[in-house]
Amino acid sequence: MSSEAQDSTQYVHHHLTNMPWSHPFLQQKLGAFGVLNLDTLVVSFILGSLFSIFFYVMARRATSGVPSKLQSVVEILFEFVQKQVKDTFHGSNPLIAPLALTIFVWIFLMNLMDLIPVDLFPTVLHSVGVPYWRMVPTTDLNLTFAMSLSVFGLILYYNVKEKGFLGFAKELILHPFPSVWLAPINLPLSIVHELAKPVSLALRLFGNLFAGEVIFVLIALFPIWWLQWILGLPWAIFHILIILIQSFIFMTLTVVYLSLAHEAH
Amino acid sequence: MDLNLTLFGQIITFALFVWFTKHFVWPLIIKALNDREAKIADGLAAAERGHHELGLSQDRATELLREAKTKAMDVVDQAHKQATHILEEARLEARGLCERMLKVAEEDIVQAKNAAKISLQQDLGHMVVRGAESILKQTMDAKVNDRMIADMIAEVSFSE
Repeated sequence: MSSEAQDSTQYVHHHLTNMPWSHPFLQQKLGAFGVLNLDTLVVSFILGSLFSIFFYVMARRATSGVPSKLQSVVEILFEFVQKQVKDTFHGSNPLIAPLALTIFVWIFLMNLMDLIPVDLFPTVLHSVGVPYWRMVPTTDLNLTFAMSLSVFGLILYYNVKEKGFLGFAKELILHPFPSVWLAPINLPLSIVHELAKPVSLALRLFGNLFAGEVIFVLIALFPIWWLQWILGLPWAIFHILIILIQSFIFMTLTVVYLSLAHEAH
Repeated sequence: MDLNLTLFGQIITFALFVWFTKHFVWPLIIKALNDREAKIADGLAAAERGHHELGLSQDRATELLREAKTKAMDVVDQAHKQATHILEEARLEARGLCERMLKVAEEDIVQAKNAAKISLQQDLGHMVVRGAESILKQTMDAKVNDRMIADMIAEVSFSE
């Protein structure tokens, strides 16, 4: 094992480590769980705030007259999300559309961080004393699970709210086989079926973005300068598609899951 | 890479942004969109109505034009008739006037002729008297005189 290989391993490892912060009290009480990933929290909060402020300003300025170009862009985005929601979700729930919009734009912005050169922020922040920095929050399982578990919470909430506790329980027991006698088979299947939703949501987004990030890091390891360009550019262009599709998938599946929660089978 | 407290931090952040969007962003933009939709629908309806009214007005205008044409033609016809009538009357009047003037002229002529006749008869009488005087001066042959007078009278009568 040469030292170069070791450097490479260290480089990759460094890029895949979050910036930890913890209070001694939390660490003592919770151990490894008591850590906060500062980079994920800060970047996602900044991006979410940008999204919120921009949309808030646009919403304040929105007129029903002739829209400005910027307003048109926002409206196109709104109508895109609204159409997705209308196509999939047939109930009336004022939360679904804003939720879908937030998910779509926020995840897209976080994914977009993947297109910033991998070394830019870590290097800059390293020079001011921050040892680790991962710029793409969606490559952190904490974030993807935070979102998918929130959605899962909403799924459970609306299932119980719309169908009643008994109705929801009945659905869990009588599906996929519509017989009370098969409840012992149905119940585990249903639970797995429900649990698969948040897990797949979180892992899909995480997996795609994490893999993309790793590829960027690996490309950055190539020692010949023009290979950076030849490999990095096509991957970045391809990645534009991926980050968009992933945010779209997360949004659409959220709407679909919540729609299922509203509809009795 | 492990799950840690960040999870809860992110859940709170996520809830915060969704709440913000739901309360401060979505309703405003949807309102603007719906308002514009209503405006456009109104505008389209108004345009449709205007179009319809234009069609109606055009129909009415055509109708009016046709009526006006018919009326104008009637007026022209009547005017023609009146003109012919006036012309006819004028002609009749002229003819009457003409005839009356002719009659007057004829009467004048007759009068003049009578006057001339009377004056001629008077002249002739004088001439006869003078002739008779001169004859009487020369001969007093009664027979001859009688014949001469008779001839003269006959002459005068014939020449009438």
